[in-house]
Amino acid sequence: MKAALVISHQDNVATALEALEPGRRLEIGQVAVTVVEAIPSGHKVALGPIAAGAPVIKYGSPIGLASADIAAGAHVHTHNLSSSRGRGDLQPASGPRDPQTRLAEPPDDLNGADRAPASPTRRTE
Amino acid sequence: MTARPAFQGYRRPDGRVGTRNHVLVVPTVICSSVVAERIAAAAAPVGTALPHLAGCGQLGPDMRVTHDTLAAYCRHPNVGAVVVVALGCEQVVAQMLAEAARRHGKPAEIVAIQSEGGTIRATEKGTRIARSFAGLLADQEREWCDVSELVLSLKCGGSDYTSGLASNPTLGRVTDQLVELGGSAVLGEIAEIMGAEHVLAARATRESTAAHLIQIIGRVETEARSLGLDIRGTQPSPGNIRGGLTTIEEKSLGATHKGGERAPLEDVVGYAAPIARKGLTVMDTPGLDVESVTGMVGGGAQVVVFTTGLGTPTGNPIAPVIKVTGNARTARQMADNIDLDVSGIMDDTDTLDAAAERMFAEVLAVASGKQTTAEVLGHREFAIHRRNPTI
Repeated sequence: MKAALVISHQDNVATALEALEPGRRLEIGQVAVTVVEAIPSGHKVALGPIAAGAPVIKYGSPIGLASADIAAGAHVHTHNLSSSRGRGDLQPASGPRDPQTRLAEPPDDLNGADRAPASPTRRTE
Repeated sequence: MTARPAFQGYRRPDGRVGTRNHVLVVPTVICSSVVAERIAAAAAPVGTALPHLAGCGQLGPDMRVTHDTLAAYCRHPNVGAVVVVALGCEQVVAQMLAEAARRHGKPAEIVAIQSEGGTIRATEKGTRIARSFAGLLADQEREWCDVSELVLSLKCGGSDYTSGLASNPTLGRVTDQLVELGGSAVLGEIAEIMGAEHVLAARATRESTAAHLIQIIGRVETEARSLGLDIRGTQPSPGNIRGGLTTIEEKSLGATHKGGERAPLEDVVGYAAPIARKGLTVMDTPGLDVESVTGMVGGGAQVVVFTTGLGTPTGNPIAPVIKVTGNARTARQMADNIDLDVSGIMDDTDTLDAAAERMFAEVLAVASGKQTTAEVLGHREFAIHRRNPTI
């Protein structure tokens, strides 16, 4: 049984496949990280430090922005990761975007290079 | 049987193929729903009803959606005959529903509660008609049909972290395979594409299709904004969040795997509107499971594959719904509701390719008549999407 799984090489979080205790060492390809707090099974763990305001990447795409500084090995969930979409409570900070403008946006590296990351590419032991 | 994958279906006069052969008992309005359910029960299991809460007191677009959804079920290839149960003073026109069935070569009759003289007489007359139709349908035989005749509805509900890692990628492989063989698949739940639209838009075969997708996702996002609400109140759901999903983007990226990796996005259609193209279609449905499945089946899907992490019982009155989970605990705890367990992907005892092969075989078996857990348990949930208040 793998302890955690990274879906795309662009991801900065891994998904715990079992409950991870603080001090647990994860080695994922070139990245090694020590879990710093309890991570429930199915939840995300940061593979490196993520600054407040920076995108959290899973499936090779942004899944929201860090709402606080996140340490390597920390639990990433609703307390430090915030959605950027459908946020009426943030109006007008993210007002309606023009569909044409959005279509014209060239996919950035995060979205373009690995846009169909269906197969798990790297796993920890 | 040819070398190509095939299933045994019911060939309809209009050329389409059904995977079931129901006598559909359609109430025009909430007021005739109980009578319709009693008539269908008297002709069970061939008889099946579409009890609903609408059909009157609706204006403009909602009235249209109610009528079009009911008419879509009357035309559906999984339906062999139709009994329309009217009250007599409602907005939905019984004659138009019966005509929708007849135009597609199905026998159809109308029973009106007011003109029959009440519940007992209407139920009695409707039951006689439904049983007579059931007798006619019993003489029809299944025949081999090419897999390209299938329209598969892709659905997920009660998602957790296993959905995006196991069950949805497995379904995605089935989608890619089906589309490459000339079949069709439909993906709904616009709110659950939000954050993953770039993945689908990049596979659109026409610029206008990509623009349409972006436009309807923008509409849902604008609606949430115009209410001053944070979509996090419902997306992801509290259960999703307990399961480890944090944001709608994360949920959407996992959910969109159902649409495969290669299948071209050929069309974007309205709620319960006909799925007219081969390949992948996105339908404008809400995220509520039953409303979403109701719409995609209305569009012509004859089989639904429904992935779940936490487990959910949802079925449909006319289409078999295949439940798939990648969560080993759910596969054990809710075994009664699960048709296919792909949790081996999570602990490396199964592969996505092997699981997809089993899922494809299950789709063909169910299309050929194998009963799903939802059918065995009598899950026949039906709900027409509504956007406006009742007047």
